[in-house]
Amino acid sequence: MKVTRLITLLISVSSVSYARAEWALNMPRGVTEISHSVFDLHMIIFWICVAIGVVVFGVMFWSIFHHRKSRGAQAHHFHENTLVEIIWTLVPFAILIAMAIPATATLVKMYDPSDADIDIQVTGYQWKWRYQYLGEDIDFFSNTTTPLEQINNQEEKGEHYLLEVDNPLVIPAGKKVRFLITSVDVIHSWWVPDFAVKKDAIPGFINESWTNVPEPGIYRGQCTELCGKNHGFMPIVVDVRPQAEYELWVTQQKNMKAQEVALAKQSISMEELMAKGEAVYKTTCAACHQVNGEGIANVFPGLKASPIAIGDINQHIDIVLNGKTGSAMQAFREQLSAVDLAAVITYERNAWGNNTGDKVEPATIDELKVAAKQ
Amino acid sequence: MSHETYYVPAQSRWPIFASIALFLLAYGAGTLINGLKTQTGDTGLLLLLAGAFMMSLILIGWFRHVINEGMDGKFSPQADLSFRWGMSWFIFSEIMFFVAFFGALFYVRTLAVPWLGGEGEKGVSNMLWQGFEAQWPLLTTPDMEQFPGARAVIDPWHLPLINTAILISSSFTITLAHHALKAERRSAIILWHGLTVVLGVIFLFFQASEYIEAYQELGLTLESGIYGATFFILTGFHGLHVTLGTLMLIIIWIRVLKGHFTPDSHFGYEAVAWYWHFVDVVWVGLFLFVYVF
Amino acid sequence: MNTITKVEHTEHHGPAAGISRWFYTTNHKDIGTLYLWFSFAMFLTGGCMALMIRAELFQPGLQLIQPDFFNQMTTMHGLIMVFGAVMPAFVGLANWMLPMMVGAPDMALPRMNNWSFWILPFAFAMMLSTLFMDGGAPNFGWTFYAPLSTTYAPPSVTYFIFAVHMMGISSIMGAINIIATILNMRAPGMTMMKLPLFVWTWLITAFLLIAVMPVLAGVVTMMLMDIHFGTSFFNAAGGGDPVLFQHVFWFFGHPEVYIMILPAFGIVSEIIPTFARKRLFGYSSMVYATSSIAFLSFIVWAHHMFTVGLPLMGELFFMYATMLIAVPTGVKVFNWVATMFRGSMTFETPMLFAIAFVVLFTIGGFSGLMLAIAPADFQYHDTYFVVAHFHYVLVPGAVFAIMAGVYYWLPKWTGHYYPETMGKVHFWCSFVGVNLTFFPMHFIGLAGMPRRIPDYALQFADFNMIASIGAFIFGFSQLIFLVLIIKTIRGGSPATSEVWDEPTGLEWTVPSPAPYHTFTTPPEVK
Ligand code: HEA
Ligand code: HEA
Ligand code: HEC
Ligand code: CUA
Ligand SMILES: [Cu+2]
Repeated sequence: MKVTRLITLLISVSSVSYARAEWALNMPRGVTEISHSVFDLHMIIFWICVAIGVVVFGVMFWSIFHHRKSRGAQAHHFHENTLVEIIWTLVPFAILIAMAIPATATLVKMYDPSDADIDIQVTGYQWKWRYQYLGEDIDFFSNTTTPLEQINNQEEKGEHYLLEVDNPLVIPAGKKVRFLITSVDVIHSWWVPDFAVKKDAIPGFINESWTNVPEPGIYRGQCTELCGKNHGFMPIVVDVRPQAEYELWVTQQKNMKAQEVALAKQSISMEELMAKGEAVYKTTCAACHQVNGEGIANVFPGLKASPIAIGDINQHIDIVLNGKTGSAMQAFREQLSAVDLAAVITYERNAWGNNTGDKVEPATIDELKVAAKQ
Repeated sequence: MSHETYYVPAQSRWPIFASIALFLLAYGAGTLINGLKTQTGDTGLLLLLAGAFMMSLILIGWFRHVINEGMDGKFSPQADLSFRWGMSWFIFSEIMFFVAFFGALFYVRTLAVPWLGGEGEKGVSNMLWQGFEAQWPLLTTPDMEQFPGARAVIDPWHLPLINTAILISSSFTITLAHHALKAERRSAIILWHGLTVVLGVIFLFFQASEYIEAYQELGLTLESGIYGATFFILTGFHGLHVTLGTLMLIIIWIRVLKGHFTPDSHFGYEAVAWYWHFVDVVWVGLFLFVYVF
Repeated sequence: MNTITKVEHTEHHGPAAGISRWFYTTNHKDIGTLYLWFSFAMFLTGGCMALMIRAELFQPGLQLIQPDFFNQMTTMHGLIMVFGAVMPAFVGLANWMLPMMVGAPDMALPRMNNWSFWILPFAFAMMLSTLFMDGGAPNFGWTFYAPLSTTYAPPSVTYFIFAVHMMGISSIMGAINIIATILNMRAPGMTMMKLPLFVWTWLITAFLLIAVMPVLAGVVTMMLMDIHFGTSFFNAAGGGDPVLFQHVFWFFGHPEVYIMILPAFGIVSEIIPTFARKRLFGYSSMVYATSSIAFLSFIVWAHHMFTVGLPLMGELFFMYATMLIAVPTGVKVFNWVATMFRGSMTFETPMLFAIAFVVLFTIGGFSGLMLAIAPADFQYHDTYFVVAHFHYVLVPGAVFAIMAGVYYWLPKWTGHYYPETMGKVHFWCSFVGVNLTFFPMHFIGLAGMPRRIPDYALQFADFNMIASIGAFIFGFSQLIFLVLIIKTIRGGSPATSEVWDEPTGLEWTVPSPAPYHTFTTPPEVK
């Protein structure tokens, strides 16, 4: 009875088509050539295992049923047979070779990132992704957008709960895209199941991977290497667009860059800075320093009444812009716009009873940013 | 067949107190090291010292206990064989400890550093470290601000070569002493064994002066990047083992002087000799792979 | 072997009175008992952490615990189960049974034996104390990958490192003792190829332990240096490599998983013949298969690292080598089935656990084989599919084998039969619970749920709920086990020396309960 139960379960795993909608039981077949070969490979091995299982457990349960003492079975006395032992060593070996051949072929294909149309550097940060399009002036961060209220069950969870970001990676359909995957802090792993692409982001090293997605669409994935507190909140969204739309997007990105530069030159009122600062703080800094600015003892320093946040303003600006090597505090110089940086620093110096009254001008930050570029 | 007795000792207090001592040692070390940055390691130091003190007393007592049992003839040849198996597998475990560090050395030399320098299958990594070139020994690190590299490395053909000669000869001297022990030539044992101890001490002295040179003149430090890291972890743990080996040699010498060993019953002596050969073999590996190649 | 052994017991004939018996003992049975109780306590501790994990994962959203604490729970659960529950349980069984099985008066080095044990409670006290430290306990997974466990670790990592060192010292000494006992303490006539399989598998396990625990010590030492003394083993800025950590860790880690399964193979190979009333099929091929598994375990470590970006040749080598392990493991499974074939079987609790072991371990082995296929592992890696795989080989694998062994030998230890019905209830609750917990994890893994996350996307909700319910069923079933053991120690119908129907092995030739000093004069083995 055990075996039938198991077999029904196993079979239900494989019945992909009808089950996928709500009860995702099996691996998604994905949308790329590679993901299809991986899926087929998966199914082949799976069925081989099922077959072996049926034979082995079949014999076992047959003897459990027939050779039980209560049915008057007498024990036989054989305990060796060189021939069968040789057979059941060689047969599995042959089966393994049969599995290894397609596996090798697929792996070799996956390992060939040559002749790519686009190169994108993917960098893992605690806990967001950065996408830099090599050769184009496109460079942005991709943060989770699932509100804390949903996570803490104070609000209905949205359809793409935990799998949504502010700036998805945008790539053109039908083009070979090469990813250069790395990290600045700990190890992350960039995974999009529908592409069958999963590669670890190792700080200081670059791993290569590639994909070629024929169908436009939105594809979602997650970071799959434990990378600290918010490892579970580091989604990946890839927006695959037809070539023309992709090109449009590229121009838009460039225009936005120009606007940002212009904004940095303007002065902003204290209220506006504080409001903006609070928003930036919540999305970018609160993961570590906590919403109440109290941090986590011995891991992330509190900013409330911290010597830096109420002390020397230059030091404060310095640590936010340049981070601190060898700690989780990253350099935010490239991550945030001058306005956002000015806002968040202003906010930190005036929130939670830090009443310095200091106001940081975007222009000041902009100068520092420009200076650092040279 | 002879009827021998396998000695199963009755209750013993040593193990549990040794565990407590080990705990104090470890907890103290943790607290001390964690306090290094903030200068708050004092309790740690205290615990560590207490643990170390307790552990030394226990080891002395425990070994004395076992030695006395041995002198009382409680250990049959079979028990002697248990000790031999024990010591051999212990040395094997020590070898595996060094294997971890040698493995690390080979990995960084043949894979990681070349990749960072733009060679091999993961050579694209060099994008992140523009201007860095792979070389071994690694004097210029990928990020010279964090890990400032070294000006030069130790020249293998001076002190290290002498040290190699010293350790190899000490392996011979201890073997001569062992033969003398079997032949019951007392003065020869004392001479050859004493010479072994002296060679061990000279080795340690040279090793220490090499470290001083590395730190003061070559800028070769723990912080100087992966070459310094592998260099010091390998030679450092080897040095610790030589220190331990020398201590054991001294103790065993005293036991020789006290006449503890007979030509056919001297497991304690052989165990130390084996250990000393092990330390020697590791050094040859070090000399070749850390200094020469 | 021409030495015959006779114990000198001038001072003690039986156990000492009072608590000092347990602190100062040199008796292999006392030490075995200590190990087993310690392991059970750790199983409950690690199990409660697992239940905390499962409770949080019952529904999407954060309900009970915060992400950082969740990571601490995952880490401590893995470490405690592996180093605190499963390994000491096997050492406890070895202590109890090996001297009896080889006809020895005791372990070869009895005082060191006691030391091996007593280090453990202190090591785990230190490890658990990190939960109360500022910054929290280790939160970087039981695999503690650098640099999360070095540069980005909470300060308690230093204590964690020293705790690992202590556990390593304990394991190495324990393993040395076991090897010395098996090689040197066999009764006259007990040749190597007559050793019970539990003894053989432990011999090989002990060898694995001595070979890899020092490597673990080495890797945590490198961590300590990186954290506190400025080295750059795992930091590319100084020429090191975070992946180096993984290579060294898994060089230890993969043999480690076989350390947790080989003794289980041994136990099952003892139990199945007894209840099939038939000699074990293919004794010598069992021995060779075990040795091959041990050998292969040293050359497959990087199958845990298929996604770190190994060069293609490395990837292929480790894939092929890993797949090969299915061959000797298959031999074992087939031998067990062939032993049952044409036997005369009864199904007492030990046999039930052993049969469940064969089936469920094999399922875990199959998923292992799927993981070994490198291109497919790109989809499986670090998802719940892996969690399902290793719980199948560890829980209904290692843990069931331990329970089977306890049921099998409990009458020998206590002199009483355990209550059979209660044993069967325990088995069926555990069996249902285990499958309910871990089978759905295959589905959520394939569907794409990463491991080590405190919260998940909505499509994984149903199966997570089932798994959580199963976990509570399985967990609470273990209370039955606890009660059963205490009852059996206190009383029950007296057991004969054979306990079962004509079992083979020296342990069944002595009375139940086995006398405090078993073979004061060694038995003759023909
Ligand atoms: C007791 C512990 C144990 C055991 C015995 C095994 C056994 C095996 N394991 Fe498992 N494994 C773990 C514990 C264990 N594992 C753990 C703890 C992890 C996760 C660690 C972590 O990341 O935290 C892990 C992870 C793990 C991975 C990494 C997955 C990943 O992270 O992406 C892989 C990949 O190859 C793997 C493979 C295997 C294989 C091939 C076997 C083989 O030994 C199985 C062999 C058995 C069979 C195949 C079944 C019986 C055979 C037959 C009936 C013969 C015929 C069969 C065929 C020809 C198919 N294991
Ligand atoms: C031998 C090892 C072993 C064992 C026995 C178990 C047993 C269990 N494990 Fe195990 N687990 C691991 C080894 C093991 N695990 C490892 C190595 C990892 C990886 C860690 C990492 O990612 O770093 C892991 C990770 C892991 C995860 C993934 C966590 C994550 O990725 O975030 C989960 C999730 O469900 C889980 C669940 C369970 C459950 C429900 C059990 C159950 O079988 C436990 C049942 C036992 C009990 C519950 C105790 C007895 C209870 C009672 C007597 C009742 C009394 C209790 C109360 C009153 C509360 N484990
Ligand atoms: C991934 C975790 C993380 C994030 C996100 C983060 N910080 Fe930090 N921060 C740290 C850590 C760790 C330190 C302590 C560094 C040290 O001194 O070692 C720190 C230190 C600081 C300090 C100095 C505090 C003191 O008194 O020492 C300031 C100011 C600061 N961060 C501001 C910010 C701002 C502004 C943001 C967001 C834009 C931010 N941090 C985001 C981890 C983080
Ligand atoms: Cu980033 Cu997990
Ligand atoms: Cu493995």
